[in-house]
Amino acid sequence: MPQVTLTVNGQTHTAEVEGRTLLVELLRETLRLTGTHVGCDTSQCGACVVHINGESVKSCTTLAVMANGANVTTIEGLAKADGTLHAMQEAFREYHALQCGFCTPGMVMSAIDLVQKHPEGLTEQQIREGLEGNLCRCTGYHNIVKAIAAAAEVMHGKRSEIARAAE
Amino acid sequence: MYDFAYHKPATVADAVKLLADPDAKAISGGHTLIPALKHRLNKPSAVVDLSGIAEMKGIKRVGNAIVIGALTRHAEVATSAEVKAAIPALAYLASHIGDVQVRNRGTLGGSVSNNDPAADYPAAVLGLGATIHTSKRKIAADDFFQGMFTTALEQDEILTAIEFPIPEKAGYAKMKNPASRYVMAGVFVAKTGGAVRVAVNGAGPCVFRQADMEKALAANWSADAVAGVKQSADGLNGDIHGSAEYRAHLVGVMAKRAIAAAG
Repeated sequence: MPQVTLTVNGQTHTAEVEGRTLLVELLRETLRLTGTHVGCDTSQCGACVVHINGESVKSCTTLAVMANGANVTTIEGLAKADGTLHAMQEAFREYHALQCGFCTPGMVMSAIDLVQKHPEGLTEQQIREGLEGNLCRCTGYHNIVKAIAAAAEVMHGKRSEIARAAE
Repeated sequence: MYDFAYHKPATVADAVKLLADPDAKAISGGHTLIPALKHRLNKPSAVVDLSGIAEMKGIKRVGNAIVIGALTRHAEVATSAEVKAAIPALAYLASHIGDVQVRNRGTLGGSVSNNDPAADYPAAVLGLGATIHTSKRKIAADDFFQGMFTTALEQDEILTAIEFPIPEKAGYAKMKNPASRYVMAGVFVAKTGGAVRVAVNGAGPCVFRQADMEKALAANWSADAVAGVKQSADGLNGDIHGSAEYRAHLVGVMAKRAIAAAG
């Protein structure tokens, strides 16, 4: 069986996998990192988005063997060891950018990649288009878009903390 | 998904040897093959991962053409300063394939080799009259696309790069299915060295050239010129998303938009 060695959230892991093992299966079933979800399993919904070498990808459509040697970040790798949330997580909480929460890990991972790729800032339209690969079936996206805009200001150093949501 | 042996060769020559096995399949970004394997539409004994082959990567300008390595991801083509400067319509097309995450993984070579009728890249390859470089030969776009999911590639032949001639003008417009994001009908128009080419994707079982529109545009490069050209619905795709007649109508609409985009 093929062997893969990859860094997940800063920790190096080596595992034996089958050729057909998906990256999301390795993360959830072998490494027990169940924050990454499987929604549609057909690369459309984005619940499984993780970062490979800093770029958002759908881990349900990536073979584990293809991530050999890669640096993978999952939702579990965002908060600091002391529990301080990443600005994007904090913004999702402040703006209540979720209802059932199933799509949230993928939304957060895609949103971070989107913000990082646009240091010049993002319009609401760009945020909505940037979420084309992530489906949410409950919130209607409005609060997700607001949260991403608020997190972008902190991630780009324009504010020191997340702007409060209107009461 | 059935299991398979996994190989990751470092050179084209090694990959060709591994693909001599008729049950072996090549993979690069995996965004077409993995979904097909999940549906058990395919049962390869071995999957040959091309992503480690350095000679198949990169974008460069060679004379009056842009040569893009087969392993180049859609996101790289979309953001390449070289492509944006020389063939902005190609960068535009790449920036609208699938979604962000698909563009971060999917590759030019994978899309063109697969020749999905609803894929975007084949329209640019045929519309620009590109030349496909393989591990064996060079193939003109007109000879490459042979039918639904069918190309001139042989089992142990690998698409290594595509050479896109730089056009005077080019534009692309598509109507995508809002759920799957696949193309319902798309049109790529280009004027290269004075010659006009119009390629239609999504509408038929395979990307094709629209000769009547080419003639009309050669005489008069304007959206008005194609307004009088009727696309026949014969042989076009009809499914739950749209009838053949609907797609035929879309071809006319997309052609006008593509010309407007080309300027």
